[in-house]
Amino acid sequence: MSDVIVVGAGVVGAACAYYAARAGLDVTVVDRGPVAGGTTGSGEGNILVSDKEPGPELELAVLSNGLWRTLAEHGGFEFEAKGGLVVAETDEIQRQLTDLAAEQGVEHVTVGGAELRDYEPHLAGDLAGGVLYPQDAQVQPMLAAAALLRHGAESFGHGTLRLRLGVTVTGFVRSGDRVTGVRTSQGEILGDAVVNAAGTWGGEIAALAGVELPVLPRRGFILVTEPLREPLIRHKVYTAAYVTNVASDSAGLETSAVIEGTPAGTVLIGASRERVGFDRTTSVPVLSRLAAQAVALFPALREVRAIRSYCGFRPYCPDHLPVIGADPRVPGLYHACGHEGAGIGLAPATGHLLAQLLTGERPDVDLRPFRPERFSEEAA
Amino acid sequence: MTQDLTYDLVVVGGGPAGVAGALTAALAGLRVTLLDSGARLGGQYFRHAAVPRREPGLDRFLRQVRELGARADVLTRHQVWNVSREPDGDVTVHAHTRDASGERPVTLRARRLLIATGAHDRPLPFPGWDLPGVLTAGGAQALLKGGNVLAGRRVVVSGTGPFLLPVATGLAGAGARVLGVYEAGGGLGLARHPLLALGKAAETAGYAAALVRHRVPYRPRHAVVAAHGEREVEAVTVARLDADWNVLTTSIVACDTVAVGYGFVPQIELGTQLGCDTRAEPDGSVVLAVDAAQRTSVPGVWAAGEPTGVAGWAQAEVEGRIAGRAVVADARPQAVRGSDGVLLRRRSRGRAFGAALHEAYPVRPGWQGWLRDDTLVCRCEEVPLARVREAQELGATDARSVKLLARPGMGWCQGRICGYAVSCLAGEPPAPPRRPIAQPVTLGALSEAAPPDAGSQDDPAH
Repeated sequence: MSDVIVVGAGVVGAACAYYAARAGLDVTVVDRGPVAGGTTGSGEGNILVSDKEPGPELELAVLSNGLWRTLAEHGGFEFEAKGGLVVAETDEIQRQLTDLAAEQGVEHVTVGGAELRDYEPHLAGDLAGGVLYPQDAQVQPMLAAAALLRHGAESFGHGTLRLRLGVTVTGFVRSGDRVTGVRTSQGEILGDAVVNAAGTWGGEIAALAGVELPVLPRRGFILVTEPLREPLIRHKVYTAAYVTNVASDSAGLETSAVIEGTPAGTVLIGASRERVGFDRTTSVPVLSRLAAQAVALFPALREVRAIRSYCGFRPYCPDHLPVIGADPRVPGLYHACGHEGAGIGLAPATGHLLAQLLTGERPDVDLRPFRPERFSEEAA
Repeated sequence: MTQDLTYDLVVVGGGPAGVAGALTAALAGLRVTLLDSGARLGGQYFRHAAVPRREPGLDRFLRQVRELGARADVLTRHQVWNVSREPDGDVTVHAHTRDASGERPVTLRARRLLIATGAHDRPLPFPGWDLPGVLTAGGAQALLKGGNVLAGRRVVVSGTGPFLLPVATGLAGAGARVLGVYEAGGGLGLARHPLLALGKAAETAGYAAALVRHRVPYRPRHAVVAAHGEREVEAVTVARLDADWNVLTTSIVACDTVAVGYGFVPQIELGTQLGCDTRAEPDGSVVLAVDAAQRTSVPGVWAAGEPTGVAGWAQAEVEGRIAGRAVVADARPQAVRGSDGVLLRRRSRGRAFGAALHEAYPVRPGWQGWLRDDTLVCRCEEVPLARVREAQELGATDARSVKLLARPGMGWCQGRICGYAVSCLAGEPPAPPRRPIAQPVTLGALSEAAPPDAGSQDDPAH
C-alpha cells in the first residue's frame, strides 16, 4: 500500500513522484510503457520563461526554472543554461517583443538588429532585433525524467519510490466515493491518493474515474539534422510568431521557427502545431515549411542535411493552462497533466506544488487557475 | 520542381525486381518512371563497373535495362526520401538529386507505386567491429563488383547464411587470399550444406569446387568474435561455438580484411511511411505483407523482391514481373497477355527456398556474450554496450526507449546497421521501421520539396 500512486512515468509524473518521495510519502509510479515513452520522449527539452504571457503560467515557469537548476546538481542529466533569443523580422514586432519582455518582468536583454550577430553569428542579416532571455534552458528530457525517478528511488529510503513499467491502468478502486487505488493489467495497486500524470492521455485516465478533463493532442513535428562538426547555433533561437502560435486556439496548421543545437551536434528544428488527433502520418508540407523557416533564419543551414524527424502530441487544454490539483468531484484523485508544450519546463514546479497539497501544506503558488473542475464550471 | 504529369507507375529501386516490374509495365504501354540511388541500375546483386565482368544473369539483366531505357524514364542518382498518399489516391514521391548547382528536390506524382528497394546487410556487433578493414559481406562484394581491387588482401569471411559462399569465392577469384569461411550456424559441413537440401546442388557444388580450388577452409560452428589492431584490423579471434553460439574455444588468425554478414534487413521504410501492413519472417525480419499479385495493404502500392521477404535475385525478378503484370491489369486490363501460371509456380518455389533459408540459418542468442562493456553497439553515435545496459536500468523497457535514452540508432544510418542488435539486446523482435525521412535530404532541398500553397492554413490574423 502506497501513500501515492502516480499514473505516468513521463517528466511530470517523475517530478510528482520525486517531490512526493522527498516529502516523506511512499510512491508507486505506474506506466503502460517505458520511462518517458510518451510526449516527454518526443520533445525538445525546453525550459522556457520567454514564451509565457504574464500570469499564472509564467509564475509557474519562473518557480520551475529555479527548481530545475537545483535538481540538475544531483546529476544524471545536463542542464544547459544556453539562454533563449527571440528575434523580430520587423521594427513593429521588435517593439511588441520589448513591450512583452517589460510586462513579463523576467531577466532579459534587448538586442538591436546590428548586435544580433554578436549573439548568433550565423543569423540572417535582415532581422530588426530581438530579446535575449538568459534563464531559458534545455535538458535532454528522457534522461531528465529517468534521472529524477532514479534519484527519488535512491535518496529517500529503500522502497520509497517504486516503478512499475509495462503496467496499464484499467480503472479505479473505490471506497464509497473515494479513490483508494487503481486496477491495472497486473492486478490492483492500492494507495491513499492517485495522481493523474498521464499527459496527453490524462483525459482517458480521468474518464476511468468518471470525470471529464478536456486534454487533447496537439501534434508537433521536429526535424533533426546531421551532427555538425562546429556548433552553428548557440542559443535557443525562435521567431516572435512562436509566442502567438503557442497561445493560439486554431486547430489548423501553424508553424514558427524554433531552432537550437544539441550536445550531440545535431540541430533541432521546430515547431508545428495542429490538432489532428493521434495521427502519426508524416506531413511533407509541414517538414518543408519547418526547413524553409530554418533556412530563412540561418542561411548556413541550407546545405545541412535533415536525417530524421519525429512527431509528438502535446497535451492541450482549451485555455492553454495545465491541470494541477485535487479533483473535488472525486476525493483522492489529483491531476498533474495538460501542460501542452511546456511540460518539461513546468514539471518540477508541478511536482513540488502537488507534493505540498498531498502533505497538507499551503502551496507556494496559487493553484486556482489550474483547478481541474474549471472546464465543467464553464460548461455549466 | 513538381512535374505536371502523373505517371501510371513509379518504381523505386533498380535491381532485378524493380527493373522487371518497370519493364513489364512499360512494354504494355504504361507511362513509367524508375528511380535508383546508384550511378547505374543493378541494385546490390547486379552492381557492376562501367565495363561489367561476366556473371550469371547479368547479361540478361543489362538487356532488360537497355529495353527499359528506351521505354521509360530512368532516373539514376536519385534518392527517394519520402512517399505519401494524396487524398485522391495518387502517390507523391519525394526524391532529390545532385547536380553542379547542388542538391535539388525532384517530386513525382503517380497513380501507382512499386517498392523494390532491396535489402541491406545485417551485421552483429563484436569487439573491434568498428576497426577499418572490417566490412559487411555485402560491402565486400560491392567493392568487388564495383571494380575495386582486393587482390593480395588476406581476408576472413564470417557470419551465417549461404551468401558467405559467393562472397568468399568472389574474393578468392579476384586474387584475395581467403583464410577461411567461418559459418556460425550449421554443424554439418559443406558436404551437407543446407543449400543442397534446397535443390541448389549445382550452385553449392560450384562454390565448393571454387573453395577447394582456392584452398579456402570452410568451418561451420565457428565465427569471428573479435577483431584486433591498432589503427586497422591486424588479426581476429575465431571461436568454435556451441549450438547457441556460445564460445567454446578460440584461436587467433592474422588478417587485414574481415567480411561479416548475418543475413539481411529488407528495406521497407517507404512502405511503412504509407502505412502498409507488415509481417514478421521466421528470422525476425519485418517485411511488407503482399497478396498473390504483390499488392500491399495500401491501394495503388505494390512491393517486390527482398522488401517482401529475402529470397535472392531470381525470386526478386519473378516478383517484379508479377507485380508489373498486376499493375498493367489495374491500369489497362485489355493489355494483359497470357497467364501468370508459370510465374506463380516459380514464385512459390522461390518462397519455399527463402523460408528454408530462414529456418536453416537462425541467429542464435549466444552472440550477445561476445560483447564487452565497451563494445560499440551503435557506431554512428558511438554507444557502447554499457550505455545500453544503463538505459535499461533507468527504465527503458523496449528498443525505442533504449534509443531515446542511450542514442543507438539516432545517427547517420538511422539504425539500419545496429537496429537488429539493439532489438535483440532489448529482448524484443525488431519493430517496423519508423523513418519519415528515408534518406538524408538538405534543408535547402527539403524547403523546396512541397508546392508553396500545400499545407498552408495560416490565419493571417495571428
